[in-house]
Amino acid sequence: MNEKKIKLATVWLDGCSGCHMSFLDMDERLLELAEKVEVVYSPLVDAKEFPEEVDVTLVEGAVSTEEDLHKIRLIRQRTKILVAFGDCAVTGNVPAMRNRFHIKEVMERVYEQNATQNHKPPVDGIPTLLPRVRPVHEVVKVDVYLPGCPPRADAIYFVLTELLEGRIPDTTAVTRFGA
Amino acid sequence: MRAPIRIKTLTIDGKEVSAREGETILQVARENGIDIPTLCYLEGLEPYGACRLCLVEVKGINRLLPACITQVEEGMEVITNSERLVKYRKMILELLFSERNHTCSVCVVNGHCELQRLAQKLGVTNIRYPYRYPNLPIDATHDRFVVDHNRCVLCTRCVRVCDQIEGAHVWDVMGRGINSRIIADLNQPWGTSDVCTSCGKCVHVCPTGALFEKGKAVAEMEKRRQFLPYLTVMRGGKQ
Repeated sequence: MNEKKIKLATVWLDGCSGCHMSFLDMDERLLELAEKVEVVYSPLVDAKEFPEEVDVTLVEGAVSTEEDLHKIRLIRQRTKILVAFGDCAVTGNVPAMRNRFHIKEVMERVYEQNATQNHKPPVDGIPTLLPRVRPVHEVVKVDVYLPGCPPRADAIYFVLTELLEGRIPDTTAVTRFGA
Repeated sequence: MRAPIRIKTLTIDGKEVSAREGETILQVARENGIDIPTLCYLEGLEPYGACRLCLVEVKGINRLLPACITQVEEGMEVITNSERLVKYRKMILELLFSERNHTCSVCVVNGHCELQRLAQKLGVTNIRYPYRYPNLPIDATHDRFVVDHNRCVLCTRCVRVCDQIEGAHVWDVMGRGINSRIIADLNQPWGTSDVCTSCGKCVHVCPTGALFEKGKAVAEMEKRRQFLPYLTVMRGGKQ
């Protein structure tokens, strides 16, 4: 483990990127992590394809679209330890607030009632919304839950260092829903 | 002449304790520094036994008993913490989270919520049950307060404090099972209630963000309960 860096990926499904901002908020500890970790896929690095045999993937965001569903299934296949990273991934959180409405009502509200021009939903280049936003564990197996909106940098650091030591972290000591 | 106080002796988690007759397992446990998690229970209000978080094991009885409404008996052997109890307590909390829309991150009591705190304390990091996402209303018709049914856990603290302490009985529960809901008066907008005194006690005993003061943003609302023990004393110690 000391010789070989572990492969870390981070992905961003239906979330606000706040969890990734909190990740960056680890500040100088990122340098320390960079000696033990190779970031192989992330909004923060330029990799187009999700690689094979990733050791740890942090998943920010809920599963809201066909694209998210496709991505998360592929990520699960290619990841050893999958971390639900932040409240959207863990609970559905704010993206899931649309779940109490029918998808048709949501689309009408956004693209017709509140639109100033082009009063119709776009058809090209955007993935189809799922009828319901779902937390990651309802779609694929999750190994570690890291709640928080966003989880504090300290909590992310704790999880990563515990995983580097070969332990599955108990996150209740460092974070909670809505933290 | 005052009736003599009868003393019961029992064990809680193997510790020998004594209690006055008529005390509940929860009271005796707390007097002896033994922590039993509770949600609907609030000192100063009559116990109700709704949330079932305080379930304990009593030797010789197959079913689990709620500590907040079970009176102590001579020779009882109580277990307040076991694998089985922790399993059920976590299930209860997860069911509460899945039943309504508790979006902690955008709640006025985020960081000051008893449901949230219990989840963290009992190690609930995710909800294993499918969320129901009910379409529940928010009633902001009252001048000063709001009731958000999305965050209500039906603990009935508001019902009890309004009835037992304030004496107004604005709040009650309608419906059954999963359709139960807290209502003001005869199921009317809170702001139209003739009997509500706007005292705000319901708001401050509410364990979650279901009842809150207007003008509070995310995480800004803290509940103040200093009045409860005082008012209980004023009522002659009657709960």
